[in-house]
Amino acid sequence: MPAISIIELEKTYSVGFWRKRPKIALRPLTLNVAEGEIFGFLGPNGAGKTTTLKLLMGLIFPTGGSARILDMDISDLRVKTQIGFLPEQPYFYDYLTPSELLEYYAQLSGVPTPDRRRKVSQVLSRTGLQDAAGTQLRKFSKGMLQRVGIAQAILHDPKVLFLDEPMSGLDPIGRREVRDLMEELKQQGKTVFFSTHILSDAESLCDRVAIIHQGELRGVGAVEDLTSSVEGKAEIVWQGSSIPDSLNSLATECHVVGDTVRAVVREANQDAAIDALRREGLRIISVTPVRTSLEEYFVRKVQVSQTATGVIS
Amino acid sequence: MSARVGYIAANTFREAVRDRVLYNLIAFALLMSAAAILVGQISIGIERLVVVNLGLTAISLFGVVIAIFIGISLVSKEIEKRTLYTVLSRPVQRWEFILGKFLGLAGTLVVNTFFMAIGIFGALLYVAHGFHTADGWIVVALYFIILQFLMITAVALLFSSFSTPLLSAVFAFSLFIIGSFAADLRGFAGMAQGFAHWLVTGAAYLLPNLSSLNVITSVAHQQPISAQLILSNTIYALVYAGMAICGSVLIFERRNLK
Amino acid sequence: MRPSARTTRIAATTLLVCLVTSGFALHHLDRIQTHVATDEVLFISSPKTVKRLSLGYDGFLADVYWTRAVQYFGTKHHQGAREYKLLAPLLEITTALDPHLTVAYEFGANFLAPPPPYGSGMPLRAIQLTEFGIRNNPDEWKLYYNLGFIYYMELQEYAKAADAFARGAKVPGSHPALKVMAAEMAQHAGESQMAQIMWTTALQSARDPYIRANAITHLRALQVDADITILEKLISVYQQKTSHLPSSFTDLQSAGLLQVLPLDPFGHAYSLVAGRVEVREPDDFPFITKGTPPGYVAPAVRFRPEDLGAS
Repeated sequence: MPAISIIELEKTYSVGFWRKRPKIALRPLTLNVAEGEIFGFLGPNGAGKTTTLKLLMGLIFPTGGSARILDMDISDLRVKTQIGFLPEQPYFYDYLTPSELLEYYAQLSGVPTPDRRRKVSQVLSRTGLQDAAGTQLRKFSKGMLQRVGIAQAILHDPKVLFLDEPMSGLDPIGRREVRDLMEELKQQGKTVFFSTHILSDAESLCDRVAIIHQGELRGVGAVEDLTSSVEGKAEIVWQGSSIPDSLNSLATECHVVGDTVRAVVREANQDAAIDALRREGLRIISVTPVRTSLEEYFVRKVQVSQTATGVIS
Repeated sequence: MSARVGYIAANTFREAVRDRVLYNLIAFALLMSAAAILVGQISIGIERLVVVNLGLTAISLFGVVIAIFIGISLVSKEIEKRTLYTVLSRPVQRWEFILGKFLGLAGTLVVNTFFMAIGIFGALLYVAHGFHTADGWIVVALYFIILQFLMITAVALLFSSFSTPLLSAVFAFSLFIIGSFAADLRGFAGMAQGFAHWLVTGAAYLLPNLSSLNVITSVAHQQPISAQLILSNTIYALVYAGMAICGSVLIFERRNLK
Repeated sequence: MRPSARTTRIAATTLLVCLVTSGFALHHLDRIQTHVATDEVLFISSPKTVKRLSLGYDGFLADVYWTRAVQYFGTKHHQGAREYKLLAPLLEITTALDPHLTVAYEFGANFLAPPPPYGSGMPLRAIQLTEFGIRNNPDEWKLYYNLGFIYYMELQEYAKAADAFARGAKVPGSHPALKVMAAEMAQHAGESQMAQIMWTTALQSARDPYIRANAITHLRALQVDADITILEKLISVYQQKTSHLPSSFTDLQSAGLLQVLPLDPFGHAYSLVAGRVEVREPDDFPFITKGTPPGYVAPAVRFRPEDLGAS
């Protein structure tokens, strides 16, 4: 049973006062996320990531399709006891302290009274907030608010976590902490569904990713599969500073570095480039395959759709 | 119904207190003190009457202002500030949220009125040097004032579910003002003909009828209040508030949050 | 960066200068504006309109208007005014807002009905007001009393007065004087004894300072009138006996008609001038009908402070 099952979920807004024009925020989306996965939901700003999350949380209502979490329809109240949500730039009741806020959320999540205090202090320590537990939230910095957001998401020990841009606005230490937390959650067997536009994070953390752009799914799969689907490249390093003419057309980049030259050639042209260098009698130092980054894959997918629609977003 | 409504109500109360709503009690205390002291010089012979009139009028007006100012942002503020996101992602029904908010504000007003009642009885004691049995009717007047608060809070909440604070304030205040004319409107409807008759009658019945909840003058003159009036007012106020709350629930249930 | 000292100095000084100047400007504005406006204007004089605008807070507004009525009367009274134009609408608005504010009707009987300079000179309007009060408070004996009072004092319609007192006497808990006055009216109407009873009843049942002072002043005047009536009788007897007028009270004493030298309610001796008894200070006794020198014009009534403070 998939942890999250999205079937043809779509959202269209009617915009305008007199003559309603439809604005498509999400085209029919079909997606499955397995239990225990860390799943990345990638896309540029305005792609529809937050819309999808809001639909899954029941904050907005779909104009078509459905979704199930842990094999329960998202409109089922029982779902909410099993999920945790961290919104993008979370706002909390700023007149409360973290303890009070978490206590309140524990009440609403149905955490039994005897367990509440313990869980709240556990989660405060886990997110490093124990010292600030008695300070009103209105005095908190953005990074600390993000921690509070994570605390309230994991407070009731949910099976599935939904995080909207969890790393946004955090300093490198904060980001590291969030990543460690996500790894830890995975160790505990939880499913993590998070959206981001920072691809390097996704690359290192995720088991699988989906790429969304302008409300439409562009690609889904394991990171290695996606990156390997893009044509491979190789980096060739040789002695000297001369560059044979043929390499100008074969290589995508050529740099002279000290007394060596580095060139990046497409996998298909690799043999031809080596032959060209040997013909010139140049001494080849190394030939190394270059891993295509997710970024490349991403840009490609997004660019394709841009040229296809003729729109540059 | 679950404990969640109670938790939401308690949190709403806490929010009002931390918003320093209860500081209005200071203003009220100053007002009553000044009145108690000055009334002996300005209105000789009718001190008790003036203290009761002034006190109950102030309680009513202060409370209406609070009910409207907090009521209109009960829902809209949570949507605007997105504090609702992490609440509704929990097993909370939307109607529980609405009901909890209403009860929280209603509770705040009851607590506020309780303290003001102490103030009014204190001033009365000072001015009249003792209580009559007839002063017991003041409690009934206070009860009616609370019923009035319930109605106005529910109306403000209704507007809050779909409108901006500014518009909600205008609508709510207008309804409060027109509500005191409601009885006149029904009389006027009786004189109108045809379509206008039905229109005005319909409007008059839909508007909150606040005039029968105002027994301040009678109580000031130590006149008793009939049990029938108490019962009818209670039913009317609860039913009217219930209507507005259901309207809120219907609207909020369908609302796409920004 | 700390706040600039220079800016602070300049802003603070300018503020003080503006404050002082605004005080002077206001003072000057008050002087150049004519004083007609504030006192004699009622922006809304229709009781119905005020009631509409009250949003149901009638009782409180009634108290406000009542306070205004009392202050209006008090201020004009203190200034020695000879008319009270706004008193009627103020009392009408007050009673429209709170028909059970009995003291307003009493005030109307005492100060709306009498002719200027003692009151507004509107006895009929005062009667209307009081009838309205009776309709709304049929068990308040004081209102019947007020009605009878107006009929008797201002209109001299003794039959109607008797009728009002009789109605009031039927109310349980009414002052016993009402029965007496109703009964005595037929025979003793116009006599000072009736007036005595009426003013005494007013004094006993009123708590408003102006109404009480009014009653005290009237009673004092009745005392003077009574004293002088007796003295005039004695003078007449003396004249019959001796065929000439006494030149002083000692003459009366020697004639055995008078024991003690008569003193007015303030302890001053009456004077006997050309066979007429006169009070020493007529201004001390508003409302007296005897004892004033010929050609005397009574100034506007001003209640004595001790009468106003008496409780």
